[in-house]
Amino acid sequence: MRVRARFAKLGKLRWTSHRDVARMWERAVRRVGLPLAYTEGFSPRPRISFGLALPTGHESVAEYLDLELTQLDDPGGLVARLDGALPDGIDVAAATRLEAGTGSLQEEVTSCSWEIEVTGMDRQAAAALVEAAMGADTLEVTRERKGRPSTDDIRPALRSLCVSDTASWLPGPPSGGLASTGRTSCHTGAVLLAELATQPRGVRPSELVRALDPALELGRARRTHQWIERDGARREPLPPGPPDAPHAYERAS
Amino acid sequence: MTCLWPRIEPLLARVQRPARYIGCEEGARVAPHGAARVGWLLVYPDAYEIGLPNQGLQILYEILNERPDALAERSYAPWVDMEAQMRARGVPLFSVDTHRPAAEFDVIAFNLSAELVYTNVLNCLDLAGVAVRAGERGPADPLVGAGGHCTFNPEPLADFVDFFVLGDGEEVVGEITECARDWKAGGRTPGSRERVLRDLAGIAGVYVPSMYQVAYDGCQVAAVTPLYPDVPERVEKRTIADLAAWPYPSHQLVPLTEVVHDRLNVEIFRGCTRGCRFCQAGMITRPVRERPAAQVRRMVADGLERTGYDEVSLTSLSSADYSGIEDTVAGIVGAGIVGEAMCTGQSPAGRSAGGRPGRAPGNGVAVSLPSLRVDAFTVGIAGQIGQVRRTGLTFAPEAGTWRMRQVINKLIREEDLYGAVESAFSEGWQRIKLYFLVGLPTETDEDTLGIAELARRCAAVGRAHTDRVTVTASVGGFVPKPQTPFQWFGQDTVTELERKVRLLRDATRRERGVNLRWHDPAATLAEGMASRGDRRMGAVIEDVWRRGGTFQEWSESFDLALWEEAMASHGLSVTDYAHRHRERDEVLPWAHLSAGLHEDFLWGDWQDALALAPVEDCRWTPCYDCGACTGYGIEHVVASVVPPAGGSQGTGQDLSRGGSLPVGVRLASRAGVS
Repeated sequence: MRVRARFAKLGKLRWTSHRDVARMWERAVRRVGLPLAYTEGFSPRPRISFGLALPTGHESVAEYLDLELTQLDDPGGLVARLDGALPDGIDVAAATRLEAGTGSLQEEVTSCSWEIEVTGMDRQAAAALVEAAMGADTLEVTRERKGRPSTDDIRPALRSLCVSDTASWLPGPPSGGLASTGRTSCHTGAVLLAELATQPRGVRPSELVRALDPALELGRARRTHQWIERDGARREPLPPGPPDAPHAYERAS
Repeated sequence: MTCLWPRIEPLLARVQRPARYIGCEEGARVAPHGAARVGWLLVYPDAYEIGLPNQGLQILYEILNERPDALAERSYAPWVDMEAQMRARGVPLFSVDTHRPAAEFDVIAFNLSAELVYTNVLNCLDLAGVAVRAGERGPADPLVGAGGHCTFNPEPLADFVDFFVLGDGEEVVGEITECARDWKAGGRTPGSRERVLRDLAGIAGVYVPSMYQVAYDGCQVAAVTPLYPDVPERVEKRTIADLAAWPYPSHQLVPLTEVVHDRLNVEIFRGCTRGCRFCQAGMITRPVRERPAAQVRRMVADGLERTGYDEVSLTSLSSADYSGIEDTVAGIVGAGIVGEAMCTGQSPAGRSAGGRPGRAPGNGVAVSLPSLRVDAFTVGIAGQIGQVRRTGLTFAPEAGTWRMRQVINKLIREEDLYGAVESAFSEGWQRIKLYFLVGLPTETDEDTLGIAELARRCAAVGRAHTDRVTVTASVGGFVPKPQTPFQWFGQDTVTELERKVRLLRDATRRERGVNLRWHDPAATLAEGMASRGDRRMGAVIEDVWRRGGTFQEWSESFDLALWEEAMASHGLSVTDYAHRHRERDEVLPWAHLSAGLHEDFLWGDWQDALALAPVEDCRWTPCYDCGACTGYGIEHVVASVVPPAGGSQGTGQDLSRGGSLPVGVRLASRAGVS
């Protein structure tokens, strides 16, 4: 049976890698005592599948993973149990059993929404950039691929782009436990809201910023949503959870 | 107190592996800072992924944070990219726990596990904004200390470190804290630094180099004399009598990013009396002190449950020698689901093929035993534990011929090795790694080539079982270490070591299934100069550091030219420091420091080595008075007074059983293969 979990990656923990987070989950699942299914073969691996990798250094309030379990006797309290076994900064928001036949995150997720900070830039300059980018036919970015420079047009992947008046990491009403993981910002700059497609490949916030202007410097970036678009409707892989849950949005804002 | 995090974080996007600098490990707990607590910064002067797992540092971290008058945080050498960022923006060395500047602590204490980290010690002090030379530090500066195996000859760092700790740190850190507490409470007034150092010199096991004067006679030391009557002429190491009294670390740190030895580690005993003459660790950590089996089981069960690890390493200098190792391993492996059956203590004979039906892989616990002996018994245990992934087995015969192994007192017979290899290949392993040393005393080319011959025969043994045999012979150059019987021996030159490596390359080139790997002989030379150097080496280390020679443990950073040029510019001879044979009456630079071993014993053992005379393991045979027990009024703590079955190395055991496996073990391991 498969269980999908939604979690946030915030604060100092954002400097850990995708692989690091995978190992944290493996240990947490063992601590909680969930009976994970393993791959067959010479070197069995736990059947945990992560969706799109979050680049090291970026935060997220919309990460997902699917766990394949051999049984689940007590689904109650699963969110709290997993959250307690994970380090502060990896905060579990929701977990639910998947119906049979549900596609994998890799297959289903079509786009991601991001908050992207561009350091040292004011709101007006940012608005001009956004207008130019949305009006452009192509947005080229060059990256290293297999040791060679390769140029892509990321304009088709840019679903939407606008300037935000605020950012979810900026100081809001007082909330507990934030100082311990350093959830404070030391950057200033314009904040962009972008929706970037994940097919045929996931465009990274750093690529977008470079495509806007190679001289710009990416500050903080936070994934706010992953979207599954099908038949014209858009939904998240898992809703954030009941409002009374110890939830990432509230804690992060 | 200052938190540097807002200044550190902007640097992290510009460096490799930024998780090295964030802390946040599970298990990290720091007592609050305050005037009533002595703040210790424990520094491992190498990269985070090497230093984080260090058990010695973690033990002291917990012990200090449990004290009402102390707190401890940790720091590691920033990698070169991070160092460049920090220096460019004036960010000093910081703790990873609360990201405080290093200089705000009362004591900065380094772990010295290897000589080639010495330049990193200087670099860390400099990054901290603390004067690198001890004599230039003022009242505002923290005390700079160091512990770890290298402190049995700390003279090369004598100019940079205020105090060294010899031996086990568990007890002595408390006594040092009390001294530093008074110094701190007194407001660190001018002149008080001298006073606290003098007080520290009075603590058993603490060596304050500035309280001693060294006189030289050419390339030798003439005398080391205390400057004051209350300073001991000879500093004796500290030894905790009973490991059971120190069940640490109780909250092993679980790093959030990849490190070496990323698993639960439980120390099952400290000290080793196998008597291998090249082995400094075995000489300086005597006697053997086993942890009680019940405590081991509890630490394993609690540790696995708390950390979520699925692998535990039972650490020691020779883990198969632990009394009842089979029962201990069986208890862990047989437990199946983590934390369930840890306390049942089933005997291995009781666990037959049917004992673990339907056990899911991955719910089991893998056990690893570092530093295994070379015999079939050992492979039997390995068969029991390596059920899922049979990647490779490692043995350390250390030398290629029986004659050479008699010299070093590593009494593995060839039949032991072939028995071990036979068992390993028949149990399904396909890769064997063999560790050897070249440049040992009295070594001939026949001895060197014996390494290739052993590897060739091991591959042949393996081919009877499988076509895909790989035997890797890993060859390191021997560095004579202080406080060992080989401390008088002049080490091989780089040219000679290179010649021996070439001999082996030629001999193994066409051998099917045999791979040769070797350690850079140039690094062996630098390690040798630092390991037996006197205080004059300090200027060399400072030069190497000032010219950018950090991370000398790393082959991509190591540069022998820096060392040779620094030696020359200070008028010191590489030959004198590394290659010269020492005489009996020479005052060795570390003669005023003691690991408890009588000099008569060490010299006698050196002469026995040259005469191919063996020395037995004294935990099972009568005492030969090396001094480590008698001098300190302590003794071995072992649960079993007889050697483990099948063991051969110096135990006086019947060697005829070398190739057979205990039946119960064989059954159990077969069950795991299916």
